[in-house]
Amino acid sequence: MNRTIALLFMLTAASGAVTLAASVRTGSPSEKVIRVTAKKFEFSPGEITVKKGEPLVLELTSADREHGFYLPDFGVEAKIKPGAVTRVSFTPGKIGKFNFACDVFCGSGHEEMSGALVVTE
Amino acid sequence: MNDIDRRDFMKLAGLGGVVFASGLGFSPFGTNGGPKALKARMISQEDFYFVQLSDTHWGFDGPKVNPDAQGTLKKAVALVNSLNEQPDFVVFTGDLTHTTDDPKVRRDRMAEFQEIVSTLKVKAVRFIAGEHDAALDRGEAYRRFFGELHYTFDHKGAHFIVLDNVSDPDAVIGAAQLKWLQADLKQLKRDTPIVVLTHRPLFDLYPQWDWATRDAAAVIDALMPYQNVTVFYGHIHQEHHHMTGHIAHHAAKSLIFPLPAPGSTPKRAPMLWDPAAPYKGLGVRDVEAEVRKSKYEITELPVTKG
Repeated sequence: MNRTIALLFMLTAASGAVTLAASVRTGSPSEKVIRVTAKKFEFSPGEITVKKGEPLVLELTSADREHGFYLPDFGVEAKIKPGAVTRVSFTPGKIGKFNFACDVFCGSGHEEMSGALVVTE
Repeated sequence: MNDIDRRDFMKLAGLGGVVFASGLGFSPFGTNGGPKALKARMISQEDFYFVQLSDTHWGFDGPKVNPDAQGTLKKAVALVNSLNEQPDFVVFTGDLTHTTDDPKVRRDRMAEFQEIVSTLKVKAVRFIAGEHDAALDRGEAYRRFFGELHYTFDHKGAHFIVLDNVSDPDAVIGAAQLKWLQADLKQLKRDTPIVVLTHRPLFDLYPQWDWATRDAAAVIDALMPYQNVTVFYGHIHQEHHHMTGHIAHHAAKSLIFPLPAPGSTPKRAPMLWDPAAPYKGLGVRDVEAEVRKSKYEITELPVTKG
């Protein structure tokens, strides 16, 4: 079993998807959990791809100061404070590419601190 | 255009980020109750004009975006000073300075900005804070240099309300300021010409880029019973016009760099300077009210002439 997991990890790393594998895990069987880190002046990952109708949990953390996570198309608004994990749960009900942005003014690059949620079929 | 020399105004237009307004209290700044009401106001109110400058971001450094970052504000001041007929006053609608994490640098920038604008011939200058000025320290340095974050003043029959939607880093007006606004409005007649000066839009222009004020709806609700309300603001670094019912909103251009149209690019990053077309994307709005003819003309002026 352990050998199987190790092999899967190696294959994942070889495919270049190791970052995604490290930041995505499964919560309850039906929900997808994605970790998002905020720091001046970017979100990582900056683009998140999910499936329509799949329950989603975003685990938001900050690497420096307070930031915001604002995804108005899905009514998502959260504060991200250093040293804490902010969990946001929702189920994307429409496909498309939706912008999210930091909505807590955080400095000279604040205006460019944004990302996109891509929802596919 | 009253007695203002149109060529003088075109010079302002060439720089961008400057707004001319006249005939306050009359349409196109809001509904006006028809010709009879206009005539009544003509007797009690004088036409006047002011100049709006916005988003000067003093201290910004980005040669690819604006290689003349140290000179643009000074040019704007010189152009305003060169007008044959000086405006009644000048307003700066926020982001006077570019933000910094260093409190000393912030104060230095504010002092430099203050020194430059002190050379305006017009001594009546009104300041409004932007988030770059006030969000990181909740307006502490701003207040020291420029005074209160929200206040009112009256000019020739028009009531001006300056609203602060930036010193709270969450970009809200807040309950206390809203209560203050409601108390101020209670003293006014329903047809008083009201001009709101603020930094961020008071409507959901494009929330995906945070181009909104969270509790703006409460402000608009408070203003809605008043018949003549116009909002001048900045923040979005481009000209924009919007109506919320009878309330008109007019965004001014920046004096440092333009931003893309809402949602037109993946990020709201500054547009790059085009050496072949300096000040491309900048321009100015001329709102001209010929009150006696009940005729209102809005002219969009391009930056480049000829």
